[in-house]
Amino acid sequence: MSEYSFTRRSVLASGATALGLSVAGCSGGGGGSGPTVGVLEDRSGNFQLNGTSKWQATRLALEEINENGGLLDEEIEIVDPDPQSDNSRYQELTERLILQDQVDALWAGYSSATREAIRPIINENEQLYFYTTQYEGGVCDNTIFPVGATARQQLGIVTPYLADEFGDDIYIIAADYNFGQLSGDWVNVLAQENDYNIVGEEYIPLDETDFSSVINRIQNEDPDFIMSMLVGANHENFYDQRATNDITDIPIGTSTTLAQGHEHIRYDPPALANVYAGVSYMEELGDLRDGEDFVADFYDRWPDANYLNQEAQNNYFSVYLWAEAVEEAGTFDQQEVISVLEEGRDISAPSGDLTLDGATHHMEHEMRVGICDGNHEISFDGQERIGPSFLREEVEGGDGCDLREQDSTTQYVPSDVYDV
Amino acid sequence: MIEATLFAIVVYDIAALFFQFLNSFGFIILATVGLAIIFGMMGVINLAHGEFILIGVYGTALAYHAGIPLPAAMAVGVVVTTVFGVVIERTIVRHFYDRLLDSMVATWGLALVISQLLLIVFGSSLDSIGTPLGSVSYGPFSSSIYRSVLLPAIAILVLAGLYVLFTRTEFGIKARATIEDPETARAMGIDTDRMYVATFAIGSALAGLTGALYAPALGSITPNRGGTFLVEAFVAVVVGGPSVIIGTLSASGVLSLFNAGGSFFFGTFTGQMLLLLVAIVALRVLPDGITGYVDDWRQRRREG
Repeated sequence: MSEYSFTRRSVLASGATALGLSVAGCSGGGGGSGPTVGVLEDRSGNFQLNGTSKWQATRLALEEINENGGLLDEEIEIVDPDPQSDNSRYQELTERLILQDQVDALWAGYSSATREAIRPIINENEQLYFYTTQYEGGVCDNTIFPVGATARQQLGIVTPYLADEFGDDIYIIAADYNFGQLSGDWVNVLAQENDYNIVGEEYIPLDETDFSSVINRIQNEDPDFIMSMLVGANHENFYDQRATNDITDIPIGTSTTLAQGHEHIRYDPPALANVYAGVSYMEELGDLRDGEDFVADFYDRWPDANYLNQEAQNNYFSVYLWAEAVEEAGTFDQQEVISVLEEGRDISAPSGDLTLDGATHHMEHEMRVGICDGNHEISFDGQERIGPSFLREEVEGGDGCDLREQDSTTQYVPSDVYDV
Repeated sequence: MIEATLFAIVVYDIAALFFQFLNSFGFIILATVGLAIIFGMMGVINLAHGEFILIGVYGTALAYHAGIPLPAAMAVGVVVTTVFGVVIERTIVRHFYDRLLDSMVATWGLALVISQLLLIVFGSSLDSIGTPLGSVSYGPFSSSIYRSVLLPAIAILVLAGLYVLFTRTEFGIKARATIEDPETARAMGIDTDRMYVATFAIGSALAGLTGALYAPALGSITPNRGGTFLVEAFVAVVVGGPSVIIGTLSASGVLSLFNAGGSFFFGTFTGQMLLLLVAIVALRVLPDGITGYVDDWRQRRREG
């Protein structure tokens, strides 16, 4: 745990940083000379808990590359203002980073709402953009590489796991916005494919903190397990109220909890007991590469960090994915780098040996079920390699999306293919 | 036999609805009361009210994590917020008495500063505190004792205490005199400056108390949680109208009835929508809030 210190220096330093940022904003910077990378991750506001870790891991990867001699013998410049979890600020900063700083690649955004807010700007400028959060899936876009696991990958591993273990009556609770609604659709798709029963389904506004009526309804329906795609700090209260109301014996499957907000560390047991998360990575997994220790490196660089989350690992390996593609292309030219990436690439990541699918710009991830026990200890089970099958095989009547062959800036949703 | 089972089911449902109502009722009263005092007595809308509550939360959580037992940690939270409130009153708020719009802008800025400072000093989150006291089970349902029994009971006690303080004590009479007519009050020998500080301190202490009480029922403790309280508080003050205690009580009753009813029968989304809808209708029909309407009605009856 970090120590809390309220020194004059820390306040002054942060004040100075803020001032420095605003001055940098006026002076232009970047452009022309060396390679520049844009990093827009939330370090304040509603998503700072998840965004800070993403920002830290991106910086770590870029700094490592610079320490090892840079890229194509040039030092990478990092432009990383804080978008403060504010979508209109994201739009301004995305424009600034593309037009003024002329970034060669961009990592940006935690929530799907943010990604959709900046996607038109990305498209207009044909900017190479890595979106690294786990998400609902379906984005088939020329210059965008959504390298996080998709709902199909996450829910696809955890839902059948729980149904096999506990029975097939499912109660769905999810955040009431595009990500939550589409994730709920995915659970419905899995239920249709496997004959599970959805006994209840509720979409909850992001600012709701009181879950007493939700818990009463769950108790009334008595499901075999709950699928929870709750999002953000407000919704976490559900897990505390679940412990208070003694319903921790109803298992919960999730794509959002544990691996991002590290609730198992921040809450006292047994709030997160019997929670099963479909994850591509968690800090507890360590580093599966030979002779490397991502977690130790991360905490060496950021001793005050709270947690190394799933998304941060995506940022980390995708920086290397990009760097390898730049080396191979021999240039920072974005179209040429994209062409190299679209040939498909294997990458050795802390979470395992992964493969970028060139056609869909998505990853084949090593998925596992992260299980939180009564003492909030994490274990992993049911590891399986899952590819982006929805985009590769299911959309467009089974032809799939192939960005090597076609121009596209679409997001496919489950209802394009399934009756949900 | 079947009738008895049906009867039991109906009783369980009604009990669940009632506990949800109490939960919401306690929350709205506690979130509102500090804001209502400062607005009703001093004509200042404190948009940093949510952050004042958050200071109570942080004070409590930091003390608790340092090893102090929860009730004592809560006292720390209240004291910290009160001291903070007095400092803010002396340095900032006193320039804004009866300047409603200016006070809103100034305190909104203050809210931003507080939440950023909390982020800088204490990082992105504090470890949470589990809700104490467990739950009461009935039929298929259960409800948290802390949220649905203890907190609403404390909320009622707080309102009763304020009623006694402002109507039955010398301090209360002086404070109300200061608010009604500061010049005459000064002429009568009341130190109005001190009354302002004291009233603001009480408002801050109540915000601190709310923060302390909700520290173990809030879930995540992050620097942006102040907003959790502000919306309900703001709506309740507007619906309640100028009378602090009756206004808070009646507005909380009406709003939580619709909120809990909507949540119970249709889901949390509907519960939230109904709460805001009631506020809009109330504003249209009763522009001075519930207590404003009651005053008006009494006045007319007296004249008629």
